[in-house]
Amino acid sequence: MDLFAAVSAPVSGSSALIASLVFGAIFGVLLHRGGVAHYNTIVNQFRFLDFTVLKIMMTAILVGGLGVLALHSAGLANYHIKAANMLGVTVGAAIFGVGMVVYGYCPGTAIAAAASGSLHALVGLVGLLVGGTLYALSFPWVAQHVLPVGALGKVRLPDVTGVPALVWFAVLLGIAAVVFFLVERAERRTRAAAAPVGVR
Amino acid sequence: MSTSRSKPGILRQSRWNPYAVGAAIGVLSWVVFALVDKPLGVTTSLTGLAGACAVPVLGAETIASNDYFKAHAFKWDYGMVFLGGIALGGFLSSLLAGTFRAEAVPSVWRERFGGSVLKRMSAAFVGGILAMYGARLADGCTSGNGISGSLQLAVGGWTFFLTLFAVGVITAALLFGTRRSSNS
Repeated sequence: MDLFAAVSAPVSGSSALIASLVFGAIFGVLLHRGGVAHYNTIVNQFRFLDFTVLKIMMTAILVGGLGVLALHSAGLANYHIKAANMLGVTVGAAIFGVGMVVYGYCPGTAIAAAASGSLHALVGLVGLLVGGTLYALSFPWVAQHVLPVGALGKVRLPDVTGVPALVWFAVLLGIAAVVFFLVERAERRTRAAAAPVGVR
Repeated sequence: MSTSRSKPGILRQSRWNPYAVGAAIGVLSWVVFALVDKPLGVTTSLTGLAGACAVPVLGAETIASNDYFKAHAFKWDYGMVFLGGIALGGFLSSLLAGTFRAEAVPSVWRERFGGSVLKRMSAAFVGGILAMYGARLADGCTSGNGISGSLQLAVGGWTFFLTLFAVGVITAALLFGTRRSSNS
């Protein structure tokens, strides 16, 4: 529940639960068909051998971000910004980065992967539950010593830089366009060089 | 696996264009923001499930008195049902594409670390622990911080995304080396 919610959710109660099942299923289908519910795709992104993960994430951020910006401007959606506790986010992301490469999945793709037959994704899901429990047990210490360090609050890039959201999206779009142009060109060359061996 | 036959229908294609998939996730986030007033996320709800599963091990009292589990108590709410939806979607998608199959050791892992199932399972388990601990410390994973946070231009979201990517690249280089000689 957002304390400063300006807009109330049009869908709530039991209809929201049904909607969430449908939204989750769509997300699961997209993760699976996107190819990111596969260990090889995720690990090879971090080896720069496969750019599927970045293509999906950057497009989702750009399309999602511009749409949510428009909805928010029109008064049709609230922002849900998490607190930028800089030490916690940085250390957490670093631990997450190691875990994601060793596991070969992130939590969302792991659920889709386990449901499509990946047994190691399933074992790793137990690891996720253990990790969540370990965090809860360490929470009193973390809340006192880690989370308050560099706690900037629920801030957005436009807040801290003064640069408007649309300019941020224009810059991101420019970066994404250049990166993906180069990636697509490199992939075409690789495909041309190696004879196709079919779908993995 | 369509080598000589005509292109299969969209529901049977095992892979969709990644840009189209990304755009669809973006559109899904519009709908979720506007209709249920929530961001897309995974590990917040997974915490409640962790607490519920830890009860037999740690005792109900430990769980009930823990501040973090108190704030993330297990319930069949929007976020939890969403996780069930991801599983349902992944399952149906793989059935329709005909790609549902048991996989214990993926090919990229096998090429580097061999075919030992125990070795792969141990790594997945430890990696899972690290991923979830890190996600909770950062208050979000690839979905909650990386996509939902970043698309709102949240400072925390972008910090998470860039740090995760940099550390992931270093980890992959240490684990797999930097020679570009793998299959896809």
